[in-house]
Amino acid sequence: MSVITYREALNRALDEELARDDSVFLMGEEVAEYDGAYKVSKGLLAKYGARRVVDTPITELGFTGLGVGAAMVGLRPVIEWMTHNFALLALDQVVNEAAKLRSMSGGQFKVPIVFRGPNGPAEYLGAQHSQALASYWAHVPGLKVVAPATPADAYGLLKSAIRDDDPVVVLEAEMAYSWKGEVPDEEYLTPIGKADLKRLGTDVSIITFGKPLKMVLEAADALAAEGVSAEVLDLRTVRPLDEAAIRETARKTGRVVVVDESWPVASVGSHVAHLAARDAFDRLDAPVELVSGEDVPMPYNHGLELAAQPSVAKIVAAARRALYKES
Amino acid sequence: MADKTNPKPSAQAPLAAPGRLGGLGKAELLELLRRMQLIRSFEERAGQMYGLRKIGGFCHLYNGQEAVGVGAISALDLSTDYVLTGYRDHGHALACGMDPKAIMAELFGKASGSSRGKGGSMHLFDAERHFLGGNGIVGAQIPVATGVAFAQAYRGRAAGEGAKPTGATLCFFGDGAIHQGAFHESLNLARIWKLPAVYVVENNQWGMGTSWKRVSSLEEFHRMADSYGMVGVDVDGMDLLAVREVVAAARKRALDEGIPTLIEAETYRYKGHSMSDPQKYRSREEVDEYRSRDPIVVLKDRMAEAGLVAEAEWEAIVKETDALVDESVAFAEAGAEPAPGALYEDIYAMELQP
Ligand SMILES: Cc1ncc(C[n+]2csc(CCOP(=O)(O)OP(=O)(O)O)c2C)c(N)n1
Repeated sequence: MSVITYREALNRALDEELARDDSVFLMGEEVAEYDGAYKVSKGLLAKYGARRVVDTPITELGFTGLGVGAAMVGLRPVIEWMTHNFALLALDQVVNEAAKLRSMSGGQFKVPIVFRGPNGPAEYLGAQHSQALASYWAHVPGLKVVAPATPADAYGLLKSAIRDDDPVVVLEAEMAYSWKGEVPDEEYLTPIGKADLKRLGTDVSIITFGKPLKMVLEAADALAAEGVSAEVLDLRTVRPLDEAAIRETARKTGRVVVVDESWPVASVGSHVAHLAARDAFDRLDAPVELVSGEDVPMPYNHGLELAAQPSVAKIVAAARRALYKES
Repeated sequence: MADKTNPKPSAQAPLAAPGRLGGLGKAELLELLRRMQLIRSFEERAGQMYGLRKIGGFCHLYNGQEAVGVGAISALDLSTDYVLTGYRDHGHALACGMDPKAIMAELFGKASGSSRGKGGSMHLFDAERHFLGGNGIVGAQIPVATGVAFAQAYRGRAAGEGAKPTGATLCFFGDGAIHQGAFHESLNLARIWKLPAVYVVENNQWGMGTSWKRVSSLEEFHRMADSYGMVGVDVDGMDLLAVREVVAAARKRALDEGIPTLIEAETYRYKGHSMSDPQKYRSREEVDEYRSRDPIVVLKDRMAEAGLVAEAEWEAIVKETDALVDESVAFAEAGAEPAPGALYEDIYAMELQP
């Protein structure tokens, strides 16, 4: 077991998969000579050379689509988007090509490609650079979408994504790159589609994915201090969702808070809330709560920016509402 | 079909008449020099304020590129023309005459900022001065600028097919942005519809840590104009008068003939890509080489040679612009934070409160 950062965990996964399989290559803006805009690919150019670790011009649509074509004929591209905000330029190639080729070809083609990069707000970056876009990808049949919240899952899910025979979108987070956590030294894969019960509890279930997990665990501590036992479910994969795990925890506690940093309308969080309501209806003691990002473009001002995002206080307040506790 | 003319105007300004340079008199030249110095001083201070954490996030400084923004915008008539740019926008905003106080307050995220603290460094706008931003998505301003030019042609043609557009649109972007599909799509649109657009690629040699040469199929960006039957011109971006001259010609061509132009301005950014860039990819010597062709010094020396600026006048400019920047910092400091309710403001024409 080693304690490493989320960034190092991703780097280790890339390093091992590049070493294991020559059909794997990494491509994106600043991934090679600059060692990655966020240093996730540090040292990989030096180790694997410019055939395997490829710097691109700023052409998101072009190099994303190029990856799809390379995957159709047997390569396993890892396409780095400098951030998911810029992946909006590549939406067509992901949604109309990568996600649909298997189906449109009647199963003749597979597209084993990984699209990865930081998603969601960081700090002081304003409206165009602070978007949590999970639902853009999660909406699309044919894609898989993972959202690791810890270094151990960053490593295990990225390795699974690279070996998967379908297109997988990885939602990383700029703020999480420097988070540390224990990662086993031996090689392992984290299964796609499997949630992780982070904390057992009896009074309320808090369900989340990706970066907000840290905040949710802090909220669970705060709730424990006031005598509330919160169960915490980390979805880890947002497509396909682990519906059984959602059902189980919702039925167990009868009170559900879903936390998703995206906008509230048509989000992964709102869908999870729907699943919990549908599958635990007869056991629920309160309406399902959704703690989301505010329904606004992200403002630059830091106070407003913080107010626009989920917080420990908002999660605690939602749990109290679900428990009909005075706040 | 489209004409393939690709004239290369001389990089030199027309022969100086006595008391004039590049067709400009002393007062005008002093004002151009002053605008460049105001940008330099503003950016230095913005860098300091970033260090003091008064400014956060991405902050891209324009030092070294002043001649491009000031020279190009000085060739416009902002009562009818428009300007758009990317995220390295402080210089263009100031060159359009935007209030440095409102800009600094915006960088501080204050309610008194130009976007009420919601935009930040990358998103400066000034509707009155026809400055349409301030865009954080590399290349995104290029189709938008093309649309502004479309509106100018559209309004003009209301007077009859072939009538002149109501103005021209100037669009700035970097050497990194030029490979985006949006650029290539826009040029074609501008040409087929004869839009009054002037595209200026500020080739400052680096797109983040990537040398422009490593990611471009052509070493002369202005030749990309050939693919679209437009006029392509290259110009020394460290020479304000040269930039002004080619932009003035391009603007005239846009207005009179409906032929868009792609201008490649060779320039350099002195600072890192943003405040968090350690700049390991380039050498000190390279930076120094460009600093030796500093656009402010180049213009000032030429003016001094022609007897158009005395040392005391230059010192007065430095003093005045520094004071204005001091005032801007004080204004930004004193400004109030946006009210919490501002979160839901300015999202729709009619406010939808949650
Ligand atoms: C679509 C998109 N992709 C990537 C980025 C990240 N990014 C910001 S600036 C930049 C480099 C742009 O360089 P250039 O166009 O040369 O402009 P300069 O910074 O030199 O002014 C990159 C890759 C972005 N903001 N938008």
